[in-house]
Amino acid sequence: MSSANPSTSVAAGPPPPRAVWTREGTDTILALSGDWHRDGPAAEESEPAPDHHPDHYRIDGLGAYDSTLPAFLLARCRAVTTATAADKEKIPAFDGLPDNLRGLLELALAVPEDSQALVTPHASSEVRKLGKFTLRIWSGGCAIVDFTGQSVLSLGRMVSGHARFRAADFWLTLEECGAQALPIVSLISFLIGMILAFVGNVQLTNFGANIFVADLVGIAMVREMGAVMTAIIMCGRTGAAFAAHLGSMKANEEIDALRTFGFDPFDFLVLPRLLALVLMMPILTVYANIVGILGGMLVGFMVGIPPVLYWTETLTAVDLTNFSLGVIKSVFFGAAIAISGCLLGMRAGNSAAAVGQATTRAVVASITIVIVLDSAFAAIFTLLDI
Amino acid sequence: MNAAKICVRDLTMTYGRLVVMHDLNFEVADKDIFCIIGGSGCGKSTLLRHLIGLLKPAKGTILYDGDDLTNTPPEDRGPFIRRFGVMYQSGALWSSLTLAENISLPLEQSAKIPATTVRDLVSYKLALVGLAGYEDYYPAQISGGMKKRAGIARAMALDPDILFLDEPGAGLDPLSSRRLDDLILRLRDSQNSTIVIVTHELASIFSISNKVLFLDTATRTQGALGNPADLRDHSDNPAVRLFLNRGATPDPTT
Repeated sequence: MSSANPSTSVAAGPPPPRAVWTREGTDTILALSGDWHRDGPAAEESEPAPDHHPDHYRIDGLGAYDSTLPAFLLARCRAVTTATAADKEKIPAFDGLPDNLRGLLELALAVPEDSQALVTPHASSEVRKLGKFTLRIWSGGCAIVDFTGQSVLSLGRMVSGHARFRAADFWLTLEECGAQALPIVSLISFLIGMILAFVGNVQLTNFGANIFVADLVGIAMVREMGAVMTAIIMCGRTGAAFAAHLGSMKANEEIDALRTFGFDPFDFLVLPRLLALVLMMPILTVYANIVGILGGMLVGFMVGIPPVLYWTETLTAVDLTNFSLGVIKSVFFGAAIAISGCLLGMRAGNSAAAVGQATTRAVVASITIVIVLDSAFAAIFTLLDI
Repeated sequence: MNAAKICVRDLTMTYGRLVVMHDLNFEVADKDIFCIIGGSGCGKSTLLRHLIGLLKPAKGTILYDGDDLTNTPPEDRGPFIRRFGVMYQSGALWSSLTLAENISLPLEQSAKIPATTVRDLVSYKLALVGLAGYEDYYPAQISGGMKKRAGIARAMALDPDILFLDEPGAGLDPLSSRRLDDLILRLRDSQNSTIVIVTHELASIFSISNKVLFLDTATRTQGALGNPADLRDHSDNPAVRLFLNRGATPDPTT
């Protein structure tokens, strides 16, 4: 913003900005003085400001100014509340102001405030915030149920041969969910197996029963940790990727383009991802179980348990029931991760920031759902005594 | 049976509780190049999304050759959708597919077509828009203007009789924009398509369009409907004249 009256250097410092309301006969005068800069002192205004526009401005003592001055004057214009709606749309006279300042104010007031746009999008009170939060949670829950239902319908269409999607997309997603996830699943599972073995060994050695480290690691891995840790890895890796990919497609109108060609975006985008993850999760879980047991075996070897003995003990401890429970859970975890990622991607807004938010929400939601599901399974298995 | 290709009656569009436009009434005749014009944010693209059935109007009907799109359930809209070709503002090409795959996908999904025929059709569509040889390029590897043309090629994949183009000239240099206008005219003449364009490119409006609908932001309804040159010179609505004359003296209120 250019200054109309460029300030000259003054040894005593610039005079402070002031706005003084005075009356001369029936006229109200607003006298402006001093230098108005955004990095200078705040404007001093004589009180009280009348609830109408000044009839005349006086600028005898006005020095240099930047946007601070027109912003101040515009705020005073907007603050006039007694004017009728018609008066509000009329631009007040700015008699006495410099031409360029008057021009700027007239420009700022040229388009009246949009009354519809002024409806605040933010909750204004704690009660409203709580209400909006509750409604958001409710609509989120409904969306999950609706999306899950659509997933089932889509699977039904696939079984009956009516779902249309590209086989290439399915195979590609299968590779991304499976083979490409092996390194991170290997690393995490191996370390989890080692951690379990270390912790178990510390306690069991006290009882001279460190051979039972193999039992501890084996049962913990196949029943809980293999499935849960793989699921959490897939939440951060694959669930986030699903949300980001679908969110970007939505922002770029690619999903609308699918609809206009008569494709069902659910069949075309969600179904291959859901199928791929549901198929790969049990395989990855079995793999994670084996790698975790190997991690435990390494620790066992380090503390003096021969690998053959460790392996034999593991086979004795881990029965088919424990093994099956982990695998069954992994199928549900896979479906939950795919549905969360795809749902939040498909519901993302049309901007880069919205895609980021959708990705974050997908990770948080899918991890939460995995943990909640695991708790539910634990309760059910306990009730069923398995 | 209505004679108009597209007939819009009392259409009201809302965004949440905000009324975007109300009581729109217009008709598009066969082989028209019909432009929807108006200021930024006035609801042009929203109207286009209503016309193709992506959004449900708050009120009113949209008829195609007398058949009501608005009251047809989404699962029964196949016959409508097959008649539409849509090019979105950004091109909206499927980013994980090559240009050839972008065009072949709708072809392959619409019917059982031999692979050689699909390949020939893809090459033909790309050649029509001046992109012969770019079959194996991904959308990220081509320029903005090429993306728009590829978007038109994909929109024409199924030989639609109504082509919807959302701001085809936006962001293009004058020469590319001119070439795109020539392409649209040729498509209309050679394929006998009806073309609905959302735009605010004045040069394009006057060079290709025979009918325009002006959406008035101030009144949130249609400001004018007619031939662009007639409206520029004789419209009763000063906002329309100013828009089409591009305001000899800039006026911040419009």
